[in-house]
Order: sequence, then structure tokens, then C-alpha cells
Amino acid sequence: MALDYEESKQKIIEGLKKKLKTKSKFYFNDLSKILGAKPREAKKIVNRMVEEGLLEYWSSGSTSMYGLPGTGKQAAAEHED
Amino acid sequence: MAKHETPMLDQLESGPWPSFVSDLKALAEKRAKNEEGIEFQIPTDVVDDILGVLELSYKHGRTHWKHGGIVGVFGYGGGVIGRYCDQPEMFPGVAHFHTMRVNQPGGKFYTTDYLRKLCDLWDFRGSGVLNMHGSTGDIIFLGTTTPQLEEIFYELTHNLHQDLGGSGSNLRTPSDCVGQARCEFACYDTQDLCYDLTQEYQDELHRPAFPYKFKFKFDGCPNCCVASIARSDLSFIGTWKDDIKIDQEAVQAYIGGELKPNAGAHSGRDWGPFDIQKEVIDLCPTDCMWMEGKELKIDNKECTRCMHCINVMPRALRIGDDRGITILAGAKAPILDGAQMGTLIVPFIKAEPPYTEIKENVIEPIWDWWMEEGKNRERLGELMKRQGLQKMIEILGVEPDPRMVQEPRSNPYIFWKEEEVPGGWKRDIKEFRKYHQR
Repeated sequence: MALDYEESKQKIIEGLKKKLKTKSKFYFNDLSKILGAKPREAKKIVNRMVEEGLLEYWSSGSTSMYGLPGTGKQAAAEHED
Repeated sequence: MAKHETPMLDQLESGPWPSFVSDLKALAEKRAKNEEGIEFQIPTDVVDDILGVLELSYKHGRTHWKHGGIVGVFGYGGGVIGRYCDQPEMFPGVAHFHTMRVNQPGGKFYTTDYLRKLCDLWDFRGSGVLNMHGSTGDIIFLGTTTPQLEEIFYELTHNLHQDLGGSGSNLRTPSDCVGQARCEFACYDTQDLCYDLTQEYQDELHRPAFPYKFKFKFDGCPNCCVASIARSDLSFIGTWKDDIKIDQEAVQAYIGGELKPNAGAHSGRDWGPFDIQKEVIDLCPTDCMWMEGKELKIDNKECTRCMHCINVMPRALRIGDDRGITILAGAKAPILDGAQMGTLIVPFIKAEPPYTEIKENVIEPIWDWWMEEGKNRERLGELMKRQGLQKMIEILGVEPDPRMVQEPRSNPYIFWKEEEVPGGWKRDIKEFRKYHQR
């Protein structure tokens, strides 16, 4: 059964906010675990959240991670906020 | 006059090889003079500052680049890699120095006009420093600022008809050999398959949801010119099932010296007359060739497609007609944790558009498994090692095949399961003890 977008969105935002004290960037696996969904289902939700600006990508070049926009050191330090 | 003193870099120029330091210096000077009157969109002295920051890194023995970034173009999670200098006051030209990966054309075919357009774009909106090509195969634009990213992306996609490539936890830019366009050894149309899969898997290329990087590479024949067997998570290598075609007259022409071995590629010095026994037959790794009078014979079922004989005598020996692909999985060539070669998973599959069998029976089941079971930053080859080839075979729904075994006793991946053995693991111990003492 397809996941409900609004519900999933809230789950992810709350899930990530809870962990903000310790980290600001998350692997894709962390997001699918929060949703309790298979990766392909979770990807649909995550893609849409990126499109709406609710999540942003971070990349080292070799690995990609996701974060809530504006969180972590990077955005302010590099004047990308 | 150079902006920064670079004594250590200067020393690199003294070696016998062409030097990237000389190239960078030449480009720095060219930008400073700007005889073409380009309206540089990023600092003119960007290349001077690359040299400066590199010299400083050599002096300190540490990098002065920070790790990664959040920049990109809208909707894409790959193709742009944020790069920032941690000494922006000293080197303002490279304070922002993002990398862009651009999908290379199939087989890396370019026209000079197209290359010029790429360079013009990059001189105008970037540092002018290019890497042709990165080890994944794509065109690497090194160094631009954040406001230029969308501009470059627009120009690339609308006027140069090219897309960004993959980076991060994405499908990386698929890469292929020249294939049937130039090479008679190609057993399938590498460029068609590469292009087809690039289009089919756009979402995987641009929106990262894999545990780590994933690479496809396409080699038309087992010469493996793009080294797919060593560098790609899924390696597609052209092969044939029937016999190597022999033109006995041409074999004699090689023996008689009328045809040059290796199509004359080793003509730089005199190697003496061609000796088929020494140079071909004795070098066959499976000893499957011999001469019977004036006839060259091949025991084709022993052939392992090493390609040596075909490479030496391309006019006399040709690939068979029943052609397809062998697929290997799990290769990687990382710097930190040991290289690994691909393991054969599909001995032979036909490569015919629309490639449905390859997509639905091979690629997608593997991805589903790896996406669910792969740990963060674990390559497919590592997952195969951790869970075993047997698991991989189950995922693909194929029968174990002796060709999957690399060599006897080195990778005994296949174990019986209880339900596969008549009577299971339980036995009547009393009956057993009748014949076997304690």
C-alpha cells in the first residue's frame, strides 16, 4: 500500500528534529527506517520532500546524505543559507 | 609574475613527464592576459589560487579543502560536489570551487566543435580547468561558484544537449567502450545499451537513495577496454557462444609475414619473423590451439575468451556469430580498502533492445536486495562477500553454475540447504553406527 505523503512527511521531519542535537545529516537508510518502508517506497516520499524544499541533499562527492534545510554548520559557514 | 611563490610545485615540473603544474601556470597566465576578452564569471585569478593552495597543502602536509557540501542544481542530488577552501582570505579565488560532473558522450566520441563549446562554457563560467575524463568516465569541470551552477546546467542541457552525471550515492554515469562504432571485436552495441540504461535509470542517476555509489560499465569484448571487470559493480562484457571463425588462408599469411601481427601495432622495433607457435599457440592460457599441418585448430569449448589470438591475428580469427553478454558483479577499485574483481553471475544473456531481461531479471533484483540489505557505504561487492554468492544467486533466481567459481577451493559459495537434501540433516543414528564406529 502506498504511503500517505502528509503523514510520512511529518514522521520524517519529527524524526530528524529529535536527533538534531547529535547530528544534522542522515543517510537514506535512516529515512526509510523512520518510515518503516521499503527503500523504493521511501524514495518517492523523500524525493517529493526535496522537491518541496523540506529536505536538502549533502554530498561529499562519494556519499550522499539528507538534512533539514539550514541545519548543521555547513549552510551558514559557507554562505549557502 | 605569479601571484604565489610555488617552489615545491616548481620542482614537480623538472621530471620527465608532462606536468599539470605547467598546464595550470599556462592557464593562469592566459586568464590574466585574457586576450579573447572573456567576461569571466568567477575570479580571474582562480587558477593562481589553485597553485597557491596546493603549495600550502604540500608545505603543511594536509589538505586545505573542506569535505563536501549542500550545493547542487534543482531536483538533482548528484552531479555537483561542493568544494570549499579553508583558507578563503588567503585564496579568495578558490573560496568556492565546486566540481561538476558532466555525462560524457557514448564511447567518448566528440567533434572538435563540441569540445570547443565545452571549453568555452567552462572558461566563461568556471575555472577553465577540466579533467578529461574522471575515473568513472565523465567530463569533470573543476571549480566554479554557487551562482554559476544553474547557469551552466541550463547551457549544458539546452544548448549542448548534455546532462550532468552521477555522484554521491547514485548510479554513476554509465561508461562504455567505442564498441561497434569502430571495433570489429564488439559483440554487442555497447553504446546503445549504455544509452538505454542511462535513460531508463534517470531517477537512480540523479536522486540518491543507494547505500553508496553504483557503477555500470560496458565492454564490447573481453579485451575490456573500459576495465569493467575491475571497476564496476555491474560489468557487461561482450562474448560469443559458438566458435571463433578461422580464415586459414589469412593464418598462412601471418605465418608467411604478409600480414603484420597485431595489425602492426608493435612495429616500433624488429621482433624478428612472426612465430605462431611461440607468439600465439604457446601463450593460449587453456592450451586449446594447435596446428595440424597447415591448419590452425581450436578446441572452442576450452576457450576462455582471453582474446590473445584474436588480437594478434585479427584478419585470421574473428569472434563467433552467436553473440551476447556476460555479466559480472561486485568489482570495486577503492583506494582505502583493497580492490576486488567482479564475480560472474550471468554467463550469457542476449543483448537486444529493449533489454527487458537484463533490466528486470538482473539489474532491478540486485538493486532491491542491495538497497534493503546493504549497509551505509557498503558496495555491492562487499555485500556479496558478507552474505555470500549463494544469496545473490537466490535473489537472481538462477541455478549455481561452475563458471561462477573463480578457481577450485577459493570461493566455495554453494552450500546445500536442508530442504534440498533427501531426508534432510536428520539421520537414524543407530543405523549409522552399524557401519561406523565411534
